[in-house]
Amino acid sequence: MKHTEKELQSLKDEVNQMWKLVLSQLEKAKQAFLSGDVDLAREIASREKRVDAFELKIDSDCENYIALYSPVAVDLRLVLSFIKISITLERIADFAESIARLVIEEDGNKIDSQLIEELQLEKMFDTLLSMLSDSFVALESENTKIAGKIMAKDDEIDTMFLNSFAILTTYLQANPAAIQSGLKTLLLVRKLERIGDHCNNIVEEIVFYVDAKVLKHGGKK
Amino acid sequence: MIETKNIDFYYGNFHALKNINMKIGKNTVTAFIGPSGCGKSTFLRLFNRMNDLIDGTRLTGECAIAGRDIYHKSFPVDELRKKVGMVFQKPNPFPKSIFENVAYGLRVNSMGDKSFIIAKVEESLKAAALWEEVKDKLKKSAFELSGGQQQRLCIARALAISPSILLMDEPASALDPISTSKIEELIYSLKENYTIIIVTHNMQQAARVSDKTGFFMLGELVEYNDTKKMFLSPEKEQTQNYITGRFG
Repeated sequence: MKHTEKELQSLKDEVNQMWKLVLSQLEKAKQAFLSGDVDLAREIASREKRVDAFELKIDSDCENYIALYSPVAVDLRLVLSFIKISITLERIADFAESIARLVIEEDGNKIDSQLIEELQLEKMFDTLLSMLSDSFVALESENTKIAGKIMAKDDEIDTMFLNSFAILTTYLQANPAAIQSGLKTLLLVRKLERIGDHCNNIVEEIVFYVDAKVLKHGGKK
Repeated sequence: MIETKNIDFYYGNFHALKNINMKIGKNTVTAFIGPSGCGKSTFLRLFNRMNDLIDGTRLTGECAIAGRDIYHKSFPVDELRKKVGMVFQKPNPFPKSIFENVAYGLRVNSMGDKSFIIAKVEESLKAAALWEEVKDKLKKSAFELSGGQQQRLCIARALAISPSILLMDEPASALDPISTSKIEELIYSLKENYTIIIVTHNMQQAARVSDKTGFFMLGELVEYNDTKKMFLSPEKEQTQNYITGRFG
């Protein structure tokens, strides 16, 4: 393997490690939220710095690769997409941390399980986790055939998000004392919806890297 | 403006160019890239019939400039050489003064009187971005100039006879980064008035200066595309392997 290829491989390894960490942060955020596990939530918050460090390292390594090796074609697309993917992964991790902070603030007081069920929050979490892990597989295998399926899952997330307004309105009308936790739940659903958008952005970057196609905003006009 | 159809070229039994078809637009910069021995310089030299000077070569196919086949018996080679200037890898000024280097082509072709030649030398040196550096020492030997200046002098010499096409065979490969940058800026500015074809081993140079790029390998034109497309998302795997350094 040429040294330039080794550098690229090392970049790929860094992105893989960051991806696994962010996936684990989101998985733990789900567990902490559903179980009200404050210790787990604190663990998520403390590991956020590791995600930030990955982002800085990847950013710096990508800059160095461009400066030193002047990549073109697939190598250039890889570096450009890795810069954006690492930023996006860091944002997803930020959302995981803010979900953890909601759990810490609630100090173990869980949201009404009936509301969680009606809002399909567990399903939202699981859909997002599968989007993130499937896109990881797409990148590792450099195969974008599942890109369409991953992006279709974001539509499911959007539908669940839109349905949440009516569900929450009905719930709060029946339980006016739960207004505070209702608002926090709305915040949570909004965060999950944004994570779905970020997963979509990651898939777009993978398609750009592998297939040299621009999907963003409906592609280049 | 330039069009080749089914070009095959042989050095004796060696098949150096295989069925090359290409259209090059007026006032554009086209870069030819590819590994050594791929045929890119041979193809470049077709456009001013420099290959005719090599014994045992043979060409089939058509190479037309402005609609006229330059290899047709009736096409005057003298006229072609005035129309197509050439700059080589190593600066090759004549052992004459700076002024006489640029004036040389005009004199041997009897192009204009003394005042015309003086004006044309100044115009050519300005076009080659060298005038400001040499205007006070035009009678000095061309060999007193730096390598980068000598190369720009050679470009001025090529421009003096008012060609419409400029061929450049690795024009900056023997120059330092500052001189290279000046030559590249020059190429960029010259395309307003000239059609430029450049052979280069410097991938980034091709990316910086050209509108279109042709990638040659083993005598074949593997890919000919817009330079932006070529360096971001080439269509052929061979091109990608070459420009990313995975070739070979």
